[in-house]
Amino acid sequence: MQDGKVVDGSLLGDANGVEPGPGRVKESGKWQKPQFTHKALMNCCLIKWIITSRTTPDKDSSDSDLELSIVRHQPEGLDQLQVQTKFTKKELQSLYRGFKNECPSGLVDEETFKTIYSQFFPQGDATTYAHFLFNAFDMDRNGSIRFEDFVIGLSVLLRGSVTEKLNWAFNLYDINKDGYITKEEMLAIMKSIYDMMGRYTYPSVRDEAPSEHVDKFFQKMDRNRDGVVTIEEFIETCQKDENIMNSMQLFENVL
Amino acid sequence: MAAGVATWMPFARAAAVGWLPLAQQTMPKPPVDKTSRSDEILFVNVSGLRFQTWKNTLDRYPDTLLGSSEKEFFYNEETQEYFFDRDPEMFRHILNFFRTGKLHYPRHECIQAFEEELAFYGIIPEIIGDCCMEEYRDRKKENQERLAEDTEAENAGDAPLPPDATLRDKLWRAFENPHTSTMALVFYYVTGFFIAVSVIANVVETVPCRPLKGSIKDLPCGEKFSVAFSCLDTACVLIFSCEYLMRLYAAPSRCDFARSVMSVIDVVAILPFYIGLIMPENEEVSGAFVTLRVFRVFRIFKFSRHSQGLRILGCTLQACASELGFLLFSLTMAVIIFATVMFYAEKGTKGTTFSSIPASFWYTIVTMTTLGYGDMVPDSIAGKIFGSICSLSGVLVIALPVPVIVSNFARIYHQNQRADKMRAQQKVRQARIRMAKKGATNAFLQHKEDGGLQGGDSDSTAFCVKNRSAFEHQHHHLLQCLEKTTNHEFTDEVTYSEVCMMDSMGFRTSRSTSLSSQQGATTTCCSRRAKRRAIRLANSTVSVSRGSVQELDTLHVTKTPVGTQYPQSRSSLNARTEDLKLNCTDYTAAIISIPTPPANSPDESLPNSPAIPGILRNSRSSIYNTQETVKISSL
Repeated sequence: MQDGKVVDGSLLGDANGVEPGPGRVKESGKWQKPQFTHKALMNCCLIKWIITSRTTPDKDSSDSDLELSIVRHQPEGLDQLQVQTKFTKKELQSLYRGFKNECPSGLVDEETFKTIYSQFFPQGDATTYAHFLFNAFDMDRNGSIRFEDFVIGLSVLLRGSVTEKLNWAFNLYDINKDGYITKEEMLAIMKSIYDMMGRYTYPSVRDEAPSEHVDKFFQKMDRNRDGVVTIEEFIETCQKDENIMNSMQLFENVL
Repeated sequence: MAAGVATWMPFARAAAVGWLPLAQQTMPKPPVDKTSRSDEILFVNVSGLRFQTWKNTLDRYPDTLLGSSEKEFFYNEETQEYFFDRDPEMFRHILNFFRTGKLHYPRHECIQAFEEELAFYGIIPEIIGDCCMEEYRDRKKENQERLAEDTEAENAGDAPLPPDATLRDKLWRAFENPHTSTMALVFYYVTGFFIAVSVIANVVETVPCRPLKGSIKDLPCGEKFSVAFSCLDTACVLIFSCEYLMRLYAAPSRCDFARSVMSVIDVVAILPFYIGLIMPENEEVSGAFVTLRVFRVFRIFKFSRHSQGLRILGCTLQACASELGFLLFSLTMAVIIFATVMFYAEKGTKGTTFSSIPASFWYTIVTMTTLGYGDMVPDSIAGKIFGSICSLSGVLVIALPVPVIVSNFARIYHQNQRADKMRAQQKVRQARIRMAKKGATNAFLQHKEDGGLQGGDSDSTAFCVKNRSAFEHQHHHLLQCLEKTTNHEFTDEVTYSEVCMMDSMGFRTSRSTSLSSQQGATTTCCSRRAKRRAIRLANSTVSVSRGSVQELDTLHVTKTPVGTQYPQSRSSLNARTEDLKLNCTDYTAAIISIPTPPANSPDESLPNSPAIPGILRNSRSSIYNTQETVKISSL
């Protein structure tokens, strides 16, 4: 007769529901007087429950310890990043130092990202827009931004060509990344941007302002009036707009 | 802004590219950053300990000293580093704050030193991390309490009253600080004595005395000697009433005084008597009157004015009000629960004493406090079981809040001890501070004597000059400027008080002047001296001043001068400085001579000269040799 399998430090029966230990007859045997042995004691439900409730917390904490130690991300080497981005070594070093200081684990999750971005816009609510931004940066959609994502995104925004920047912007507006910007997507983006303004504006933001803005945008961008904006339409229209082209140079010397 | 914002700013700005295609107006030009953007390592030298950090690290908090351009004030060009003349140990914590974004409070450091460093570097203490915040708050509160006590001890009223104190102020001071004057002390002890007498009388009057002749029953002494006791009671109440009324009169704020605890106790102590006076001799009312007599025992609380320990106890109870409240509440809860249980458990027993739940309260309380009188005892088994549980839980419930109360008491007790120690040391401290101040003044006066005024090239002055630091020179020059501005001169305490005494005495020639009267006269004479001074200055036409100068010069010349001869062509003020070295007699000579025509020779203008040496011998230390005094009197 096998001893009871020891699972999680407690003696549970095996899968068939048969209680282990001597003093008990299998299946349809005669009822035998239970002997007061150590094994029989262990079979008592009360004892088992006490033991499980004592030992499970230990198991949980050891599990969580294991989990924490896994969650740390090391970025790719400096040279690789230099190849992938247009930053110099010094700039990458400086960027990484700041990043690592803020996120010692090497990863930024969405909540932290939202908190950080919201600090820049204290008057309004930047969380929705931050959510869209997060998705734009998190290219492999794994729920956290690694340093590589961060730096590659920054490289595009600060050192990329106008076309690359426009591509990035399109990617931001296209929430479901299907290659088309629909009116609903644009409306969501627009509302989140207006949310960042907050309540105290002059003139105050009317409820129709975002949708009006979206209509204007679509009027400008949607050439074939099919209700969606494709990447080609977008880039073409932007390249024709002088204002937009000029403003693309604005943030080049940020770093 | 919070920690990492500076780090993420480039990112936020870059992400603004996402708005550009949507913009309805043209974007503004970005700010041009003239400073070098590349990250560099900065060197920070704090009292010799060299720290190095990235510039970006410091830029994280732009509203601090290190993060803003304010640090450029401390930049040392030669060594290419920022030099701070501050504590290097503390700087470590400051720099860690920049590095990690969390400010920690070092436990072994003095809280005020830490706060000063934070203030210097422009960091607000509120951002101390949660890990250290509690410790910081506790220490800060402790420190503030201590400081408040210290200032309280200083202002405890031991300082002498301003001379224009009204009777009311004096009276209040006598009441609050009995050790300031003998009268107050006497009053203090007398009231204490009468409180004791009153309380003892209350106690003794219930003791059974031998019965009167012809009676069998023992009589309480109160009834046997009723006249004596009522006289005593009346006397005590009269004294207490007087005291209360006087306190009420003297209190600076009568409303506050009337609401204070002590005054309430006073009123409660004397009220029963007056109520008894005005109440009629009714049968039913006299029962209530008898109950009122119980309140007489509250007179014992009047002792708390006399005993510090009682006050501490009262303070403790006040401070522990919440703990006591909790104790009471939990006890009540437990009492009700157990009383109910016991009642129902004992309901079946015949002839049980647990007749109702409120009756069981008594049993529960007696059991929980482990008194166990035994007048109510459970009979049934269930009752006994629950009774034992009751007593066990009682011990626990009572033991829990007690340590809190005890620790509060210890804290308050130590505070009071510290306050007492402070008060005792205060006198010594003040004396030492006064001595230090006098030292500075004496240094100045000595400097003037030694001829520091003359930019002389004589040997003695050069010698003196060498031994004084630049600071002292500048300080003395400053004081001289003040003297010249106000046309008055500095003198020391002894000279001043002597002169005052001279003035107040007028022309009396009493030799037996004691120091106390000298001091006592100071207050009244100062006004007179000021008047004399005013007269002097008012009358000081050029001729008068010259005349006085002549007098003084002649006076001086006839003496054996210590040091060099001083030329005559000098302003009157300068000449007067020499007189300070001489005894204040010259002063008095000058002063006394003013009302009379200036042509008087010094001889005639010293009618009280015989008196002077006596005084001078009494009060003068051996700074000025008696040879000089004799010479003056001979003039």
